[in-house]
Amino acid sequence: MRIKEIAEILEATIEVQGDSLDLEVEAAFGSDLMSDVMAYVKDSVLLLTGLVSPQVIRTAEMMDIKAVVLVRGKKPDRCMVQLAEEKGITLLSTKDTMFVSCGKLYSMGLTGKGVRE
Amino acid sequence: MSGIIRLHFELPGNDLMSAGEASSSVKKKLNQLGINPAAVKKAAIAMYEAEINAIIHAGGGTLAVTITKDRINIVISDHGPGIADLDLAMQEGYSTAPDYIREMGFGAGMGLPNIKRNADRLEIKSAVGQGTTVEITVFF
Ligand SMILES: Nc1ncnc2c1ncn2[C@@H]1O[C@H](COP(=O)(O)OP(=O)(O)OP(=O)(O)O)[C@@H](O)[C@H]1O
Ligand SMILES: [Mg+2]
Repeated sequence: MRIKEIAEILEATIEVQGDSLDLEVEAAFGSDLMSDVMAYVKDSVLLLTGLVSPQVIRTAEMMDIKAVVLVRGKKPDRCMVQLAEEKGITLLSTKDTMFVSCGKLYSMGLTGKGVRE
Repeated sequence: MSGIIRLHFELPGNDLMSAGEASSSVKKKLNQLGINPAAVKKAAIAMYEAEINAIIHAGGGTLAVTITKDRINIVISDHGPGIADLDLAMQEGYSTAPDYIREMGFGAGMGLPNIKRNADRLEIKSAVGQGTTVEITVFF
């Protein structure tokens, strides 16, 4: 699924464009814990989180995550925006909760693959 | 690639904003060198976890990297409180991180086991009251 479509499904605002909205992701991971993102994510996934912190972008960079969705109407702070721009990472913001965001994307075909068992 | 590449970084303590910058630079370097992506990722994960640990648990330290033809060697050293029981610290879920670290999405006790999983070779030396040195090797 293209990041552009994900933004549409979640009626998300594009906070940082990143390298490309046409990039494809097959799987997603939802977590407010960056410790778990570091420990469980294997492949290049979409990250959904309610955490606003520059470390979200750092973690994404290390894990080759190209797009991040902030859920529950969270907006990135300046620091996060600046870092995302620097790293070419797409940053979206949706009013949907974590549960609803994941449900919508899962039902549209995104999977939970790419994560360590 | 010919020769040996050496990189050195200071890790400022209690500056979570810049935490990860050193690992980010090293990752970029490995990608520039055309190292295979799987090895780059393993090194990036292990290095970033150790960098964060030195910053949040030990007030900062240094990160020194040596890249040769077949491997990357990463040494993260600090003069923090040290780790009293290393076997315990290596267990998933064990953490002494304070609440403000948890609020930043860290402190779940997943870091050291994650370093172990991703490093091809890992050596941790720690002495209470003196500090901790984590040496990570990843083969290309
Ligand atoms: N450099 C260090 N200096 C002192 N103590 C450390 C150091 N690194 C780790 N520790 C100790 O080992 C524990 C476990 O470390 P680990 O990285 O596994 O988890 P964490 O850092 O607490 O949480 P997470 O890595 O999931 O964010 C820490 O909570 C801390 O008590
Ligand atoms: Mg840790």
